[in-house]
Amino acid sequence: MPTFSREEIVHLGDLARIALTDEEITRLQGELNVIADSINKVQEVASDDVPPTANPVPLEAYMRPDVAQTPLTQAEALSGAPKTEAGMFVAPRILGSEE
Amino acid sequence: MSISTETAALVKLSAAEQAAKVKAGEVTSRELVEAHLQVIESAEPSIKAFLKVSGDVALEQADAFDAKSAEDKAKLPELAGVPIAIKDMIVTKGIETTAASKILEGWVPPYDATVIEKLKAAGMPILGKTNLDEFAQGSSTEHSAYQTTHNPWDTERVPGGSGGGSASAVAAFEAPLALGTDTGGSIRQPGSLTGTVGVKPTYGGVSRFGAIAMASSLDQIGPVSRTVLDSALLQEVIGGHDERDSTSIPEGPRPMVAAAREGLKRDLKGLKVGLVKELDGEGFQPGVEARFNEAVAKLKEMGAEVTEVSCPHFPYALGAYYIIMPSEVSSNLARYDGMRYGLRVMPPDGVPQTAANMMAYTREAGFGDEVKRRIILGTYALSAGYYDAWYGSAQKVRTLIINDFKAAFEKVDVLVSPTSPSTAFKFGEKMDDPLAMYMNDIATIPANLAGVPAMSIPAGLSDDGLPVGFQLIAPQQRDEVMYKPAAALEAALEEDWGGPIWTSLKTPWLGE
Amino acid sequence: MAEKLMKYSEACKQFDPVFGLETHVELCTNTKLFCPAHIEFGGEPNTQLTPVSLGLPGSLPVVNKTAVDYAIKLGLALHCEINEWSQFARKNYFYPDMPRDYQISQYDKPTNGNGYLDVELEDGTVFRVPIERAHIEDDAGKNTHVGGADGRIEGADHSLVDYNRAGVPLIEIVTKPIEGAGDRAPEIAGAYMRAIRDIVRALGISHARMEQGNMRADVNLSLRRSPNDPYGTRSETKNVNSFRGIEKTLQYEIRRQAAILSEGGEILQETRHWDEATQTTAGGRVKSDADDYRYFPDPDLVMLHITKEHIAEIEAQMPEMPRERRNRLKAEWDLTDLQMRDILNADALDLIEETVKSGATAAGARKWWLGELSREANAKGVSLEELPVTPADVAQVEKLIADGKLNDKLAKQTIAGVLAGEGTPDEVVAKHNYKIVEDSGAIESAVEAAFEANPDVVEKLKSGNMKPMGVIIGAVMKATRGQADAKAVTKIVMSKIKS
Repeated sequence: MPTFSREEIVHLGDLARIALTDEEITRLQGELNVIADSINKVQEVASDDVPPTANPVPLEAYMRPDVAQTPLTQAEALSGAPKTEAGMFVAPRILGSEE
Repeated sequence: MSISTETAALVKLSAAEQAAKVKAGEVTSRELVEAHLQVIESAEPSIKAFLKVSGDVALEQADAFDAKSAEDKAKLPELAGVPIAIKDMIVTKGIETTAASKILEGWVPPYDATVIEKLKAAGMPILGKTNLDEFAQGSSTEHSAYQTTHNPWDTERVPGGSGGGSASAVAAFEAPLALGTDTGGSIRQPGSLTGTVGVKPTYGGVSRFGAIAMASSLDQIGPVSRTVLDSALLQEVIGGHDERDSTSIPEGPRPMVAAAREGLKRDLKGLKVGLVKELDGEGFQPGVEARFNEAVAKLKEMGAEVTEVSCPHFPYALGAYYIIMPSEVSSNLARYDGMRYGLRVMPPDGVPQTAANMMAYTREAGFGDEVKRRIILGTYALSAGYYDAWYGSAQKVRTLIINDFKAAFEKVDVLVSPTSPSTAFKFGEKMDDPLAMYMNDIATIPANLAGVPAMSIPAGLSDDGLPVGFQLIAPQQRDEVMYKPAAALEAALEEDWGGPIWTSLKTPWLGE
Repeated sequence: MAEKLMKYSEACKQFDPVFGLETHVELCTNTKLFCPAHIEFGGEPNTQLTPVSLGLPGSLPVVNKTAVDYAIKLGLALHCEINEWSQFARKNYFYPDMPRDYQISQYDKPTNGNGYLDVELEDGTVFRVPIERAHIEDDAGKNTHVGGADGRIEGADHSLVDYNRAGVPLIEIVTKPIEGAGDRAPEIAGAYMRAIRDIVRALGISHARMEQGNMRADVNLSLRRSPNDPYGTRSETKNVNSFRGIEKTLQYEIRRQAAILSEGGEILQETRHWDEATQTTAGGRVKSDADDYRYFPDPDLVMLHITKEHIAEIEAQMPEMPRERRNRLKAEWDLTDLQMRDILNADALDLIEETVKSGATAAGARKWWLGELSREANAKGVSLEELPVTPADVAQVEKLIADGKLNDKLAKQTIAGVLAGEGTPDEVVAKHNYKIVEDSGAIESAVEAAFEANPDVVEKLKSGNMKPMGVIIGAVMKATRGQADAKAVTKIVMSKIKS
């Protein structure tokens, strides 16, 4: 049964890109262990012979034709941006390549 | 501003009645909008249902409708001219949309959701954006980053959630109709707590394009109203296939209005109703159980054949939901990173001013506790070592719950249960206990996991004088099946009550 | 800090290389993979976006049918099993150029699985490269790094993001570990990449221009002492975007890893980068559990259903594959192996075939593209395709020669005019009034003038000494501004000296 260590919460915060405070980490550790306890029981009935369901309505993908539609204008695309320069979105310094 | 008796009488009409007056030329759409804007102004200090009132936009839309020729008006849906409020989880072009989160503060979308396009085409003016739990995560609307919405039945209590704003706005006569989104009960549970009607359509029945995603495989947009017929009318306006949503069902909307009108005849002979054994009200608040049992007795009186049906995997639904939902949340809410829209918070001095840190500090500052809790939980559920045990198992439980429904619907036409285990609770009562808060959705979650349609209608007032909700669940893509008994039950109960449930509601904001 | 390298031949003697290639091919659909934004190379930043490709709240992806059909075509060309049901999955990680902070890719249910590609090496050897999968995914936007030296990420102050490329459809072709290549591993890798390039172009599903980033590859390599040993730890060199770069990456990695292993060192499992300037790979990030991408089925996209009937329909429209085509053209054009290789090395096969289709002879087309035009392209440092002359232009010039309207010299001048942007061959000819002077009167008078000016030459000719003929022809050409046909001039001279 999974339990949440402090290190685990810190790691999850990194993966989820949230700069959790120490206080939040402590609180989350307690809460998530309680929640985990109560939801763990799904494993009781999830036997190998049960197929998984990702989407509740049995549909197959609709595929759209390769026809262009009017795009957003540059002004619309940038309208919500916290910071722009030369028609582009500004990112602070990027460290190394992630991909 | 004091509300005139005429205005109070006008806003208390159902949406269908308001539409009929517009059609008959007794009232214009502008007059309807003005009446509701007056009520909003007078009610909002005590209710706080709206995050943003878009009066100018609504009046402009109303005028455009009023200026149409009789011939053009006749081509529009029955609800044409009637205004509506929109949960702030749905994207509206030119009107600030925040999902009640600080991270989206000030965001003005450059596009409309499909449902908004449909409402505009139907000539239905948009009154404003209603409050919710941040990103629709919560059951009390207390998790809004902006304000707390009050329950019109007792302003010391919550309106339920996440769609507490839409439910309270409709219950308080600030709007005749509203749109909500329902991921685990966010339309039905507030409906239950505010004495209104709330419908979660079949998954895929209403386009999700433009509904801000919480948990994509569970989210559905649906109607909020004061009568069953109004919800049917609204669902036919917003429903139907949309090529911009891959999960949209190809078939058009079901004949729900006809079913609701049929129900008003109060003849349910031949209808098989199943009581879900696992949700029979046991352990629920006594008043909830009592009103539920009385409503079931009414169904029998009208000729319905009532039997008990077991759905053995429902006790696992809450666990599966609290794995699948946060998993999808963790991914859907990744895009709020301070790059393209919304909040950006740079790291404090001493922390490297990098893009990665900017994202982390933006998300730390922009998200509230409940959202962070779910993102962390979901990140965990999807991570490599635990995927099979958690996410994989939850998807299997989902299959089992779908199978439970299939088996049940082989025996009965419609399933019923109380909507929520309790009536409206007081502010702060469950804020420090996430699990207790999650239990609010115990009866509503199975329908989301299985994608089946479900609705909540008022079943009367509990001993505490607060509304109780009655849930009806129908098979997938058979939404009309629940509308008939719902309308019949509504009519039968209103006869007992001597009018709609709101005749017991005190509405000082209407000058009464 | 230079890394220790072992001599290549020595490294291959001591170790058995196992390599793999993950090739990203950008599809040339009209619109993006999940939204109807038109795709165009270049263009103003952030103008090829819909709410979907900008990742706006509430937006939803819908699959482009043409992209799926292109994937099926490629799957068929690579002898893959095309899965009746495939599924898109989300690959979750944060990066500023990713609008949703997850990539939509395929994980455990790709559209194409399990195929192979037979690759022909220069000496005619055929090597079979096993294919693991070829799946569909969407591309990210582009970062421009500002404030540092020459646009590099190191030392940059901030970055500017253009999301135009975000959502462009890609197919990632993943090979199985390629064994048994020995010291030919780099050559096989290069040939494989060129074969993929030729196939996707033949299928018309990608422009496959490596210099524009339409095609790029991640190169994996590990070494082991003997083919019977388990695989060693591998390095992954990311985003190599030239054929030579791929070959050199493998060579370098073989030498680098061999040097480490021979001294008893350990290979780090890391991502590296090929540096064109230094011709080395540089260490990047060590793989860690931070690479937990939390894949799960994208709940916004239901299963893709590809029926057998649809596959059969596409199969019926498949064009001839490059290797078969090369063999056919070699026979049709009556070429030796060497001649064919020259064409391929010059990247002129398509151009020559087009020129022949436009009416030229194979020999004529080959002469232009491998001769005059190759020299021109080399001088300008561009590819043949980039020259401002089309196969139709070349065929037109050839026709003018065949019709006797241009001689070699005028033909070259005409091509030069086309290259200079003066228009089509006909327009160039008209502009300069190029024509072979057929008016024998004009030639005769020019010949007579030349005779008068060179009486000694005329004497020699009359005595049967034909050596100074060139003097007369040269004088006539000069007088007719090169437009006289040398043969015609000779004929008239001959008749005059005999009379």
